[in-house]
Amino acid sequence: MAEEDDLDLRELDDQELVEQMWDDLYDGLADEITEGVNILLERGWPPYRILTEALVEGMRIVGVDFRDGILFVPEVLMAANSMKAGMNILRPLLAETGAPPQGKMVIGTVKGDIHDIGKNLVSMMMEGAGFEVIDIGINNPVENYLEALEKHKPDILGMSALLTTTMPYMKVVIDTMKEQGVRDDYVVLVGGAPLNEEFAREVGADAYCRDAAVAVETAKEIMVRKHNQSA
Amino acid sequence: MASESLHDLERPAPEAAPERRTGSADQLVIACGALAREILALIRLNGWTHLDLTCLPAELHNRPEKIPERVREKIRANRDRYARIWIGYADCGTGGALDRVLAEEGGERLAGPHCYAFFAGQPDFEALHEAEPGTFYLTDYLARHFETLVVKGMKLDRHPELLSMMFGNYTRLVYLAQIDDPALDAAAQAAAERLGLAYEKRRTGYGELADFLAETAPT
Repeated sequence: MAEEDDLDLRELDDQELVEQMWDDLYDGLADEITEGVNILLERGWPPYRILTEALVEGMRIVGVDFRDGILFVPEVLMAANSMKAGMNILRPLLAETGAPPQGKMVIGTVKGDIHDIGKNLVSMMMEGAGFEVIDIGINNPVENYLEALEKHKPDILGMSALLTTTMPYMKVVIDTMKEQGVRDDYVVLVGGAPLNEEFAREVGADAYCRDAAVAVETAKEIMVRKHNQSA
Repeated sequence: MASESLHDLERPAPEAAPERRTGSADQLVIACGALAREILALIRLNGWTHLDLTCLPAELHNRPEKIPERVREKIRANRDRYARIWIGYADCGTGGALDRVLAEEGGERLAGPHCYAFFAGQPDFEALHEAEPGTFYLTDYLARHFETLVVKGMKLDRHPELLSMMFGNYTRLVYLAQIDDPALDAAAQAAAERLGLAYEKRRTGYGELADFLAETAPT
């Protein structure tokens, strides 16, 4: 619409601008997100605040509407692309501030499965929430997971699967971790369209995350508990 | 037979759930709309008069979490009229939820995870997947409706930049052909080109769908 085309983001106050950025994320408008991020930076917003209040919150809204069947995969991908545009500006600035990461996560899609849309969303949202994310990609045999755990010593292992034929492989990974006596060294989160909480319990995961926002919330809660236990 | 055309039965349309009844059959198949054409072909080929067909919209393929409850509704709406009800779905991405509904409501479904597997045959499909996990499969139905379901359904027509995000990990397209139809061959090959994937065709026929429906026949 003409009015929307003419909308000058600079004329909006901070709250209006953030809400407009939620709309722009929802509509997958990467250029507008880039502009919004730059305006907030000019106004002195710390990068982490922009990330959480404008981008992560915007993606949370997208995630809710995806879960409710209002948005579909293409729209979510467009939104993710837009968030990525904002992240590209913020990432180096976040690194400069030297803020300690919330925690560390190794994440990958299981063997036999090449689907990574959900996994990539989780990676991006976790990064947005301040986690260091090591993404080991798709089609991972158990050896890849164990190697990454050994190398990176994360707090959390995330496993993803889209296929009912590949999701049982999560149990292979968890059972191997048990055999090697390292299962309790990590929190294991699982996700993917055909999974549910019952499945997560059966395979021995710590939690099922039905979407990227839930993954972030779960990971944050886990880190708080961990800090409390070690305090 | 009711008046719905085959196109209506299988169209990838929002809430279409048409029915085809003989008025005399004592068994019913509740199937995915994507199987309507194949099931009707098998009924015709075998002269089965004992079998009626009712379909749920094929578009549920993209919202598998909705399949179990929609099947439950169909079973409940039809169980008084038929001696036996068969379910023309595999697990179809429901992660076991369809099986839980069928355990409660009654009804036997097609074996395996999805239509690709029961058309190809479970062992052959496993071998195909094992050989290349990055395989995108088409059946006759998907070849016929590729433009609507995949290109437009995934908005690749309006946002071609999504192609690499959606299909970047795939390397080949395998067309599992139920019938010999040069037009479908050409459509499947064009689909592979559209997605930038290597093309391969396997003639599967009706595979395990034919065996499954044969079980319904009176002995």
